[in-house]
Amino acid sequence: MSTGRVWKYGDDVNTDVIFPGRYTYTLMPPEEMAKHALEDLDPEFAKTVKPGDVIVAGKNFGCGSSREQAAACLRAAGVKAVVAKSFARIYFRNAINLGLAVLQCEEASAALSAGDPVDVDFAAGTITSGPLTFRFFPLPESVIGIVQAGGLIEYTKKKLGL
Amino acid sequence: MGQTFSEKILSQKAGRKVQAGEVVTVSPDICLSHDNSAAIIGEFKKIGVPRVKNPEAIVIILDHIVPAADEKYAQNHKTIREFVREQNLPHFFDIQHGVCHQVLPENGFALPGKLIMGSDSHTTTYGAFGAFAAGIGRTEAASIWATGEIWLRVPETLKVEFHCRFAEGVYAKDAVLKLIGDHGADRANYEAIEFCGPAAGEFSLSARMTLANMAAEMGAKNGYFIPDALTLAWLKARTLLPFEVVQSDPDASYEAVLTYDLSALEPQIACPHTVDNVKPVSAIAGKPVQQVLIGTCTNGRLEDLDIAARILKGRTVSPGTRTLVLPASRQVYLEAVRKGTIEILSEAGCVILNPGCGPCLGAHQGLLAAGETVVSTSNRNFRGRMGNRDSEIYLASPATAAATALEGKITDPRTLL
Repeated sequence: MSTGRVWKYGDDVNTDVIFPGRYTYTLMPPEEMAKHALEDLDPEFAKTVKPGDVIVAGKNFGCGSSREQAAACLRAAGVKAVVAKSFARIYFRNAINLGLAVLQCEEASAALSAGDPVDVDFAAGTITSGPLTFRFFPLPESVIGIVQAGGLIEYTKKKLGL
Repeated sequence: MGQTFSEKILSQKAGRKVQAGEVVTVSPDICLSHDNSAAIIGEFKKIGVPRVKNPEAIVIILDHIVPAADEKYAQNHKTIREFVREQNLPHFFDIQHGVCHQVLPENGFALPGKLIMGSDSHTTTYGAFGAFAAGIGRTEAASIWATGEIWLRVPETLKVEFHCRFAEGVYAKDAVLKLIGDHGADRANYEAIEFCGPAAGEFSLSARMTLANMAAEMGAKNGYFIPDALTLAWLKARTLLPFEVVQSDPDASYEAVLTYDLSALEPQIACPHTVDNVKPVSAIAGKPVQQVLIGTCTNGRLEDLDIAARILKGRTVSPGTRTLVLPASRQVYLEAVRKGTIEILSEAGCVILNPGCGPCLGAHQGLLAAGETVVSTSNRNFRGRMGNRDSEIYLASPATAAATALEGKITDPRTLL
């Protein structure tokens, strides 16, 4: 397993700081979106994030706008998962639909700090950091099909027999 | 056990009796999108069906960056217009109509008992008319275009009861800011909010729209007001479509009930950089302000512009405070012109913008510079929202915004009454 590192943020990280409105209505490829990820919260993030890194935040992650780029840009930046105490409703749906792992885990959210080594084992349902292991809240059964299909577009294609 | 409004409507749509917590697959009556339709078209094409499933259920309203601010936005709009023609979509509103959350109700699509999904977080607004209306993402909208269906979790319901009447100078916006400030931006996450109590029936439709719009800022999936005689009279002139009023049963189960005495409320203001950082205006009065924005889908209706005009009539806004007026729609704009409201505001030195989303989301028309402060009647004050991460956004009622424009500093409107 490759180990990433933790980017730690607080409560109520909103979609405007994850992906600013000034870029929202321009069509851009995911790798371009990644350059603006978290631009108004932490300008260092997009410059130094590495594939496999994990964002750890507090409650209500992704509150605000319905813009999907706020999920897409993190996925394109190589973020392996977002771990939070809770997620805002539309963000949670968008992340699943786009294949960004959103893991609800209050213990990991409280225990992990910026720069900690971290890995996620999806099959085992665990987040590990050094000697620490946390279990994350499993996804609701209703959406597992979407994740297994690789996102909503693939899921819909399958449903339509395409 | 009775059912809440949300349980009832999702039961009807699912064809079986459901309760909070269950997941249903349902067919929305309306799927709204705006300038983001260009991105939705891209996702729709990836799915690979040649035609949308139900053209009648699709409403597209261009409002976010209108008229196009640059060539990229212009190309987006062009892509959308071409798709609308190619798919023969009957409900397309080009740039002249206004903000989707005002235009959709004005055109009779926001009806009691309807299930409305919108690719915009403030889709909750249509709960003001007794619809079940929730925001979704772009990929989900594309999937509805292709299949006509979406999965939804049946929400628990938070009841908010309003009692008594507002004191002078206090409005629905103050009530909703107080509610969000007291309980936090995630208090209603995944939940429905039913706004009720004796005072809710006395709110104008405009005030109900302000509250339902801002339900999103408490994390709510949808907001709801019981449709009454006022609602039905408003709708009568706007639709020929059949609809059914759906209400909660008296013995429905609520997650919690919050109660507010409106007579005890004073003007409220949300301070940077979260909507739940709310204080009484009187607590921060005197802070210099370089820009004021009166309007948007939250507070850009005739009633709101009239409140501002009453304060600004015969006076001039402070020379150091750029004051922008953004009517929610062309219908509102026309009413305000005919009534003389626009004349009063323009004479007072306000800049009248064309109906649309404008500077609210930081894309164009009146963005901020570093170090500047704005008082806005819109719904979000997140860092960078109006174009600069080092500016400060305060959210308040049209009365507080107008009083602030006049004085050039944050001002309790009751001091000018």
